[in-house]
Amino acid sequence: MDSNGVAETPADIRREIESLEKAKAEIENRISSLRARLSSYGSVNGNEVANSSAPRPEETLLSGQLSPDMIYRYSRQLLLPSFGVEAQENLLKCSVLVIGAGGLGSPALLYLAACGVGRVGIVDHDVVELNNLHRQIIHTEAYIGRSKVESAAAACRAINSTVQIVEHREAFRTSNALEIVRKYDIVVDATDNVPSRYMISDCCVVLGKPLISGAALGLEGQLTVYNYKGGPCYRCLFPTPPPTTACQRCADSGVLGVVPGVIGCLQALEAIKVAGAVGEPLSGRMLLFDALSARIRVVKIRGRSPQCEACGENAKLTEEQFCNFDYEKFTQSPLSTSPLKLHLLPSEARITSKEYNERTVKGEAHVLVDVRPAHHYKIISLPKSLNIPLASLEARLSEISAALAREEGPKNDDNSQSASLYVICRRGNDSQRAVQYLHKMGFGSAKDIIGGLELWAHDVDPSFPTY
Amino acid sequence: MYTEEHRDISGKTDNKKEDKDDISVQIKVLFFARARDLTGMTDTLLQVSPGTTAHDCLNKLITKFPGLEEIRNCMVLALNEEYTPESTIVKDSDELAIIPPISGG
Repeated sequence: MDSNGVAETPADIRREIESLEKAKAEIENRISSLRARLSSYGSVNGNEVANSSAPRPEETLLSGQLSPDMIYRYSRQLLLPSFGVEAQENLLKCSVLVIGAGGLGSPALLYLAACGVGRVGIVDHDVVELNNLHRQIIHTEAYIGRSKVESAAAACRAINSTVQIVEHREAFRTSNALEIVRKYDIVVDATDNVPSRYMISDCCVVLGKPLISGAALGLEGQLTVYNYKGGPCYRCLFPTPPPTTACQRCADSGVLGVVPGVIGCLQALEAIKVAGAVGEPLSGRMLLFDALSARIRVVKIRGRSPQCEACGENAKLTEEQFCNFDYEKFTQSPLSTSPLKLHLLPSEARITSKEYNERTVKGEAHVLVDVRPAHHYKIISLPKSLNIPLASLEARLSEISAALAREEGPKNDDNSQSASLYVICRRGNDSQRAVQYLHKMGFGSAKDIIGGLELWAHDVDPSFPTY
Repeated sequence: MYTEEHRDISGKTDNKKEDKDDISVQIKVLFFARARDLTGMTDTLLQVSPGTTAHDCLNKLITKFPGLEEIRNCMVLALNEEYTPESTIVKDSDELAIIPPISGG
């Protein structure tokens, strides 16, 4: 509004929204902590304030631990003969730690808060990004740039203010793992990388906690309950970590949002079964979800391995061993999901995206080869680039020679005026591999554009879409 | 004579008719996760001689799809939806599933 005659810019509005959002979040935090304090007096008292005709405390307590509000809120699951009051009271007494507030953690947390688990902990160090929202349904646009834990906690409190939500805004590491996990009864692994999976499994073995492990990538998902009543742990199944080439990330390979959604819901279900002490948890079995063919298979997996280095007979992992174990070294991959950065080339075989831009502006004769897969190229590409995916480079070298000849033109008799050859990809790793190969194949002038299209968007053209 | 469905990753099916032979054993191999990328298939049929173990089948598959070597030491092997030691001898029309772990989320 510019009623006072001062011109208002979108930046002003954004600033105001931001400060109001901050104030709102603070107020919401205060409300939920007050509610938590109130409920520690027993919600009976709260009811008396709100309604003078409410039953007296001793009358309410006749039905056990559930307050009238709770009975009403959870009535639909109390009505289930196989669940009932007993399981509900078990949930209420139970605490669940969800590690990762992403694609798996989002639905898992929403259901765990909704169903009435007594205390829910959330661990994550990341912030919400726009490209998370298609699958991480607990977060909203208003939280972009803010902590995932803060966002997820607010969503859980909004659904169920009677559940105690504990925020752990930190990366899960061997240095804090024991201290955090110790405070909970059940752990849900909703992380996205190999070292975390080994670390969480080992931590659960050391502290004797059941682990609800879910994973999703592309159009497939997997689910198992580990370390439950003598069942196997993650290491019993996978004593040797997969090679790094076999470890794919959603950020590289893609994932359809519903797929982690389905697995995350199933993780909540298994956690509720373990917490409520109902049914048959998925221990010693693995559920495989195939979204494309709409198939779910449950495979019986091996039992606890006597040779297991974590839970085996002669090798009970101790807290100290756990703290000193190097999970990144063991799996050869980083705990943070930051993408790999290769350094394969000498500096003279590389140029920055800014330099490349200057050269094109000057009109330098050149060919730009984009070595990303074709379906990436279709998302977005630089004008006049030639798409030859790295996998087919070997077979398509003649296309590069032809393109270079076209650029050099028929009038150009001077050898020194030859066209330059630049190679680009998404982040600057495959382009280095391509340049290395091109050098070997006689394209000695090939240069890699450092940091790929990601740095191009960052340093040269902020309007260039990233993905 | 019997018919087995054979499906590749694009969902196309082709029906293969095989003579059911006393001296040969045919198993169906199911690929999951990374094994699908490496083979380009969701499943395949494998003809082996009687007495062949799950271990032999794996070796045969790696010869057919050398890329599978990558996940050789990190997978769950299930025969007819149950965990199996690699020494188990496969029988005709068994289903062998190759399940490498997924780590994304």
